[in-house]
Amino acid sequence: MPSLRAEELSLSIAGRRLCDKLSVALHPGENWVILGANGSGKTTLLHAFAGLRSLDGGRVYIDDTEINRMTSRRRAQHLGLLFQDPETAFPATVHETVMTGRYPQLDRWRWEGKEDYLAVDAALVAMGLEGLAQRPMATLSGGERRRVEIAALLAQDAPICLLDEPTNHLDLRHQVQILELLAGRARHPGQFNICVLHDVNLATRFGTHAILLFDNGECLHGSLSEVLNRANLERLYHCRLREIRDEGTGWFLPM
Amino acid sequence: MSRRPLIMLILLAAAPMTIWYALTQGSIDIGAAQLWQSLRGNMENTTTYQIIHELRLPRALSAFAVGGLLALSGALLQVLLRNPLADPYVLGISGGAAVAALLSMIGGLGIGWVRGNAFLGALTSMLIVFGLSRLGAVWTHNRLLLTGVVMAAGWGALISLILALAPSVQVQGMLFWLIGDMSYSTQPGMALLALTGGLAVSLWLARALNLLLRGENTTAALGENPVHLRIVIYLVASLLTAMAVTLAGSVGFVGLVIPHLLRLLGGSDHRFLLPACVLLGGGFLTVADTLARSWTAPVQLPVGVITALLGVPVFLLLLIRSR
Repeated sequence: MPSLRAEELSLSIAGRRLCDKLSVALHPGENWVILGANGSGKTTLLHAFAGLRSLDGGRVYIDDTEINRMTSRRRAQHLGLLFQDPETAFPATVHETVMTGRYPQLDRWRWEGKEDYLAVDAALVAMGLEGLAQRPMATLSGGERRRVEIAALLAQDAPICLLDEPTNHLDLRHQVQILELLAGRARHPGQFNICVLHDVNLATRFGTHAILLFDNGECLHGSLSEVLNRANLERLYHCRLREIRDEGTGWFLPM
Repeated sequence: MSRRPLIMLILLAAAPMTIWYALTQGSIDIGAAQLWQSLRGNMENTTTYQIIHELRLPRALSAFAVGGLLALSGALLQVLLRNPLADPYVLGISGGAAVAALLSMIGGLGIGWVRGNAFLGALTSMLIVFGLSRLGAVWTHNRLLLTGVVMAAGWGALISLILALAPSVQVQGMLFWLIGDMSYSTQPGMALLALTGGLAVSLWLARALNLLLRGENTTAALGENPVHLRIVIYLVASLLTAMAVTLAGSVGFVGLVIPHLLRLLGGSDHRFLLPACVLLGGGFLTVADTLARSWTAPVQLPVGVITALLGVPVFLLLLIRSR
């Protein structure tokens, strides 16, 4: 059962400290949410968790192996990452793009087998893209392209999924559908997610744990009920919030 | 799904046919039976045997090798730069080769020296562009592209300068070299070897190249180091181009159009695209070169003229027909 652990993790960009000596352990079955204002370092933290960025201090472990000591291929078998913005793509079809997610599972000379095609088909169906499989990426809408990226992540079949604003470009139905799917994924044995989200209410609805990044480098983390309250959120976003209680859940609206 | 194997089969069958076509064409008619006999090594010491083995076969194989090298290199550079307009010459490799070749011609050096210096010129240009683009900031594909394009412009200015100052008797030979000419291509061995090696390395990287289509970040996240990958592609593509220009000057169009044509026909999986480029590029240049030497015989045309004349309409037609 893989777990992800940060020990005394420090990050800074251009001399500004984003997080200072963050120690946190993330376990299977949990659905983590990273919240923070614009520019507070959410993406940077996510990339640090993914081992794609040099750290200013501390260490990140998958199980008991330090992430920088793993080969990048081994790391990609444990952990998949959805980027905030996809880079402009060269011509390729939806199916080809999703198939690239299978890369870490295959040896260099092996061709994709039945298993890989099944994984891609399942990912396409999960994202409602089965009718678009042979379409060139360039002909898709922004939301469809986002779902292709998520499908590629699902096809990768990594136990740990890191997602940077997965709901970008998506309509309400697909936002909820994807967060539900991720929450369901986290209930499977051995799997968990870390999502950067902007919508506090989606976070309260689907998350189980949260990391809050304040602009002074302070980080709060813990289960949702511990850290997601009005006082913390007002301090996080620098704006007054109104909390509406409804059937035991709190909804936060800016005033 | 079944389209790619079909295209591969057609290309595999067509490649030997283009060589065969090149061997039958020329000022002396050689029938199929005679050709077959002399290819099998019979009829030694006859004129037919000599024409086939000393003139037509080396030239046809050279043309095939150069076409394959250019198309392969073009396909690699298009992924490397993430730019569909990239061709083997976009980064100034042929410019460096051309300046060295033209200077050697002015110096009155023989074809062997012109070639050797052209290869050195190409390598020099490759190292300058690589070094300059890595100075300072992060190595991005745009930085590499800009450095290469500016270097190419610089070489272009030098070429014009040399042409303007060169004695007029030498200018035609220089123009032929610049347009691309296979008249002196009699030793295909090295080029064929480079082509085989280049294809092997490229195929080894083919799946990683598929990742690179999705961008550098995604490549890194899926477990491949994009910087190492790009350095290897740059070096391989540059060496392939250097080999091609050394043998035939800067034959245009093959490296740009063949990869595009195959992408339109069979998609962008590099495990298909790269070998298909070698076969189609090679076959195309073999036919073009045969036309170049037989169309207006006894006057020989530079093959670069034919590649453009054939390539432009075919490519435009395909582009219009593909959505």
